Amino acid sequence: MLLVTCHYCGDRPEIEFRCGGEAHIARPVDPSALDDKAWSEFLFYRTNPKGVHAERWNHVHGCGRWFNALRNTATDVFLATYPMGDKRPDLETGVK
Amino acid sequence: MRHFSFHSLIAESINAHQGWKRQWRAPEPKPAYDAVIVGGGGHGLATAYYMAKEHGMRNIAVLEKGWIGGGNTGRNTTIIRSNYLYDESAAIYEHAVKLWEGLSQELNYNVMFSQRGVLMLAHNLHDVQSFKRHVYANRLNGIDNEWLTPEQAKAFCPPLNTSPDIRYPVMGAALQRRGGVARHDAVAWGYARGADAMGVDIIQNCEVTGIIRGPNGAVSGVETTRGDIRTPRVGVVAAGNTSVVMERAGLRMPLESFPLQALVSEPVKPVFPCVLMSNAVHAYISQSDKGELVIGAGTDQYVSYSQQGGLHITTHTIDAICELFPQFSRLRMLRNWGGVVDVTPDRSPIIGKTSIPGLYVNCGWGTGGFKATPGSGHVFAHTVAKGEPHPINAPFTLDRFRTGRLIDEAAAAAVAH
Repeated sequence: MLLVTCHYCGDRPEIEFRCGGEAHIARPVDPSALDDKAWSEFLFYRTNPKGVHAERWNHVHGCGRWFNALRNTATDVFLATYPMGDKRPDLETGVK
Repeated sequence: MRHFSFHSLIAESINAHQGWKRQWRAPEPKPAYDAVIVGGGGHGLATAYYMAKEHGMRNIAVLEKGWIGGGNTGRNTTIIRSNYLYDESAAIYEHAVKLWEGLSQELNYNVMFSQRGVLMLAHNLHDVQSFKRHVYANRLNGIDNEWLTPEQAKAFCPPLNTSPDIRYPVMGAALQRRGGVARHDAVAWGYARGADAMGVDIIQNCEVTGIIRGPNGAVSGVETTRGDIRTPRVGVVAAGNTSVVMERAGLRMPLESFPLQALVSEPVKPVFPCVLMSNAVHAYISQSDKGELVIGAGTDQYVSYSQQGGLHITTHTIDAICELFPQFSRLRMLRNWGGVVDVTPDRSPIIGKTSIPGLYVNCGWGTGGFKATPGSGHVFAHTVAKGEPHPINAPFTLDRFRTGRLIDEAAAAAVAH
C-alpha cells in the first residue's frame, strides 16, 4: 500500500484515496468544434509513462479534496504534490 | 528439433538422460530480418510461430528485453475461457480455445491444457440477469455455457460454500465446461521451440530502444541494446510496456498500465476440481497440478510499472476466498507477485495496423490475455504477414476509439475489471 501525502492533510494510507488518473487533461472548451480524432484523444489517449507521471488524487475518505501529484511509475515513489489548477512543477529546477 | 515421444523418453532413459539438447538456440541478432516481433511473451512467440508456419516467413526475429515468458506469461493465473458477451470477443476467444484444444499435439509439447470447467458465480440479481444474458449470447455464437442453480454449482464444485448465511450468497453460476487452465511457462517454451525449429531467431536480453523510420515515414528498422536491426515490419507485442515502446515511435496509445496481482498457497492434495471466478466479490481460484491454490486479485488503482501492488488488494481477495471456502482460511500463502497489464478504455484488445506503415501492434489485453495466446498470435501473424487484419481481429482496430465502434466488454461485465 502506498503512503500518499495529501496536499492538505499530510501522509495517509492509500486506502483513504481514490486515484483520478492522468492530470492536466483539460476538457475542450468547445467540444462540438473538435473532430473525431481530437475528441478521441481527449477521451481515451493517455501518456502512460514509465517514469514521472502527473496524476490526480482525491482524499475521498479524508478531507475530500482533490490535488495533483508527481509520482515515479517505475518505483511508485511520490515526488511532489500540488493544488489543482497549478502548473506541473519542474522537478529539476524546483520552480513551481 | 527433436520430436518428443514415448520412444524418445525410453531411449533417453537408457542413455541416463544425457542426450537432451537445448530446445531453442541463442543466436546473435542478424543485421536484417523480414520482420521483427518486439516482445517474447506467449503472444509474441505465438505470432512468430504462426508467421513461420502459416505464412512461410522464416527470416524473422523475436526480441525480448528480459527472458522469454518472464513477464505476464509467467505471472497470470492461467485461466482459459471464451464466454464473452459480444460477437467480436466471442469470435477471438473461441478461436483461441479451439487452438488450445489441439495445442499440445500441434507443438509436440505438453502445455497441460486441462478443460476442467470455469464456474462464474452470481451473488445478486444483477449478476444473475447478466450471466444468463451471457449464457444465451454464447449459445447463439456456438460457445458452450450453461446456467447452474446453487445446488448444481455445489455439486460441480463441492468445496463451495452455498450457505444462504454468507455475506454474498451464491444465487447461481454460469459454467463453461470447455474452459480450464494450462501450464503457462510451457506455452512460451512450446511456441519458442516450434518457432526456433523453423528458423526464427529468439533473441533474449535485447531491448528495443527505438523505432527507425525511412524517408517515406515507414518503418525501416529498430534500435536495440544489441545494435540496430533493419526490417520493414515491426510487430509490437509488449503488453504492459506497449506505451513505452510506441512512444519511441512517437505514438500515444489509448492504454494505461496497472499492476495486477496473484498469489499461490502452499501445495496441498487435490481439493479443488475446477476454476471458480466471482466477479462481484472479486476472487478467482483454481488448483495447479503441483497442488498450490492459484488465486487472482484485482488491479491497483494507479498506473505503475513496478510489477508489485498493494497488500490491501490481495487481502480483499483473500477475504472473499475465505468467505466462499472457509476451509481455506488455515492455508498459508507462499508467494504473491504482480504483473503490469495494459488496459484499454473498452477492455478489449487492440490488434492491427498503426498510423505508421510497417508498424503493427497487438496490445490492450488487460487482465485477460493469457487465455487468448494462441488465437492472438494466429491472427496477429496474419496481420503482420499480409499487412491486413484477419477477419477475426478486423474489429479490434486502434481506429475504433475514433469511430466510436467500441467493443465494450467493460460495460458488459457488470463489474469493475
